[in-house]
Amino acid sequence: MSGARTGRRAEAVLLPICNLAAALLLSGLVIKLIGEPPLQALRLLAVGAFGSGENLGYTLYYATNFIFTGLSVAVAYHAGLFNIGAEGQAYIGGLCSGLVCLAAARWPFALVLPAAILAGAAGGGAWAFIPGYLQARRGSHVVITTIMFNFLASALMTYLLVHVLIEPGQQTPQSREFPHGTWMPAASLLLGSFPGDSPLNFALVVALLASAAVWVLLWKTRWGYALRVAGENPAAARYAGISPESIIIWTMLLSGALAGLLGLNELMGSQHRISLDFPAGAGFVGIAVALMGRNHPLGIVLAAVLFGALVQGGSELSFDMPHVTRDLVVVIQGIVILFCGALENLFKRPLSVLWRRTRSSSS
Amino acid sequence: MATYTIIVLLIAATLRVAAPLILAALGGLFSERSGVIALGLEGMMLGAAFASASASAVSGSAWLGLGAGILAALLIALLLAFACVTMKGNQVVAGIAVNIMVAGLGPSLALAWFDQGGQTPPLSNPAQRFRELVWPGAHFAARHPVPGLLYSDLISGHNLLVYVAFACAPLAYWLLYRTRWGLRLRAVGENPPAVDTAGISVAKLRFSGVLMSGALCGVAGTYLSIGAGAGFIRDMTAGKGYLALAALIFGKWRPWPTLGACLIFAFADALATRLQGVPLPGIGIVPVQFILALPYALTVLLLAGFVGHSIPPRAIGAPYDKQK
Repeated sequence: MSGARTGRRAEAVLLPICNLAAALLLSGLVIKLIGEPPLQALRLLAVGAFGSGENLGYTLYYATNFIFTGLSVAVAYHAGLFNIGAEGQAYIGGLCSGLVCLAAARWPFALVLPAAILAGAAGGGAWAFIPGYLQARRGSHVVITTIMFNFLASALMTYLLVHVLIEPGQQTPQSREFPHGTWMPAASLLLGSFPGDSPLNFALVVALLASAAVWVLLWKTRWGYALRVAGENPAAARYAGISPESIIIWTMLLSGALAGLLGLNELMGSQHRISLDFPAGAGFVGIAVALMGRNHPLGIVLAAVLFGALVQGGSELSFDMPHVTRDLVVVIQGIVILFCGALENLFKRPLSVLWRRTRSSSS
Repeated sequence: MATYTIIVLLIAATLRVAAPLILAALGGLFSERSGVIALGLEGMMLGAAFASASASAVSGSAWLGLGAGILAALLIALLLAFACVTMKGNQVVAGIAVNIMVAGLGPSLALAWFDQGGQTPPLSNPAQRFRELVWPGAHFAARHPVPGLLYSDLISGHNLLVYVAFACAPLAYWLLYRTRWGLRLRAVGENPPAVDTAGISVAKLRFSGVLMSGALCGVAGTYLSIGAGAGFIRDMTAGKGYLALAALIFGKWRPWPTLGACLIFAFADALATRLQGVPLPGIGIVPVQFILALPYALTVLLLAGFVGHSIPPRAIGAPYDKQK
């Protein structure tokens, strides 16, 4: 009995390592293909991501976005739902947080923060609620509708930024700057000069609190248990008196709300205005983060740091290697999603065979 | 007279915008009817757009470009089929992974090979592209716009791949509904155990469905970079793969309605381009974003059952496991 359990534990650690190793190997091959030395690239990437306080600050800043979207994808995943719409939910949620900031010129920050969190969660949640409702009540598949809602969000935001929110007299489709009082406190307030000029800010703390809250909610409450049962086996859930439909709707609301918090970091913490396409693919990276982190909050935080490091290290790398751009980071993200998500059985079966063999030979 | 010209030109533009959508959507049809979700259309198209533009830039031949485009898309389809069918992986994740990978790989390789900032060199030589074909008598017809324009600009005046796209619709219908392979392909998307029991390989059929979508996306991507465009640029598919998927769902997973959906979506696109900044009587300026968002909104409404009803293939998204 305990053997099976250790086996599962070992798998939870070994499998991501195998997947990561395979993804790294393939990424190295791609770097080789574009004519750069892979090992040196890897070294520069690591230095760029963790080499100094400022670099680490950037890494954690990017990671903050990915924690929000990763949690969003994971929560839906536990209920058996595939939320591909984190991108659009983050976009709309950020809009709502941003609108609060624009309106709250004279508010104390202690009031701005909860209002912005609520607005972001409400905006993202609303954008996910519709696909959730349609899945639960009308049977339209959430994968397709969330994709459609990404495009709808993008169209809506382009319209708003070009025609409504644009700063009068300006050409760039972005809002005016948020009042200073609504900016998210920078990490340098607490850490001094350690994070340098990096945009690392208090939103990281919000993200970590959200991770802890998700862990408590999913594994320590009745509702979280119901959610996971509905995800594993809707028929059994119904038999146990759980309504899978209401679970679907509430889960999508929560999932969208988590993605909707991205604006706290990206807009309030760094850009200080609502801009075009500010989620910049974080919703899709969230899929990779959730898969890599095995849909567990702790794993998600670690995976988010890894992907943050990839983005930050990649942009440093592009200074040293002329043929490396942020596109290469996108390739590596894709490769990681491929191995951790689509090809997870590639190592699962060999690993479990290996495990059984070592067990039987030792006993 | 002016209205007549505008309408004819608008329809002509619709046909050109529709071509890659039709190719990709019909490709997706084969994949989805075999039971494999066609989320990788975007990536296959983009990969083909890059490969065909690169091959055409290097070799100077549009035909070699087409070959390279189809080959690249087939390779991506092979990877997808391996992940989804052989490895029984999550089909949604596989599609997304491939799309993201290709989105980064194209510009990366372009930069490494051509050193022009993530693009392929512009194709200036006429032999490097599929150019508009002028049918016999088109010049003569254009001199008498009514009804000559219908011939010179609607029937004549498109590149070869546009005609290929429209020819693919009846071909897809025939393949799916009039051949043994098509019958089996549809069956494997509905009830794979039955197909397996009949002694036919589920995996082989699904591979053929996915590869078919690769081949057609190969043509679609080629159309984008060396037919309509003159070279590969970053993210040049711009969501067309997802739009094709929406069209295929809007077309209720059947060839003719899918063709219709592609035409409606393409018309919205052509109209949006046309209406950019033009005030309409009584309405004022319609923001183009709303027209461009229309296909997605319509698809959601259809899926929700508010506009007709659309039922997906029964076994879609589920890997087939003999032992279960």
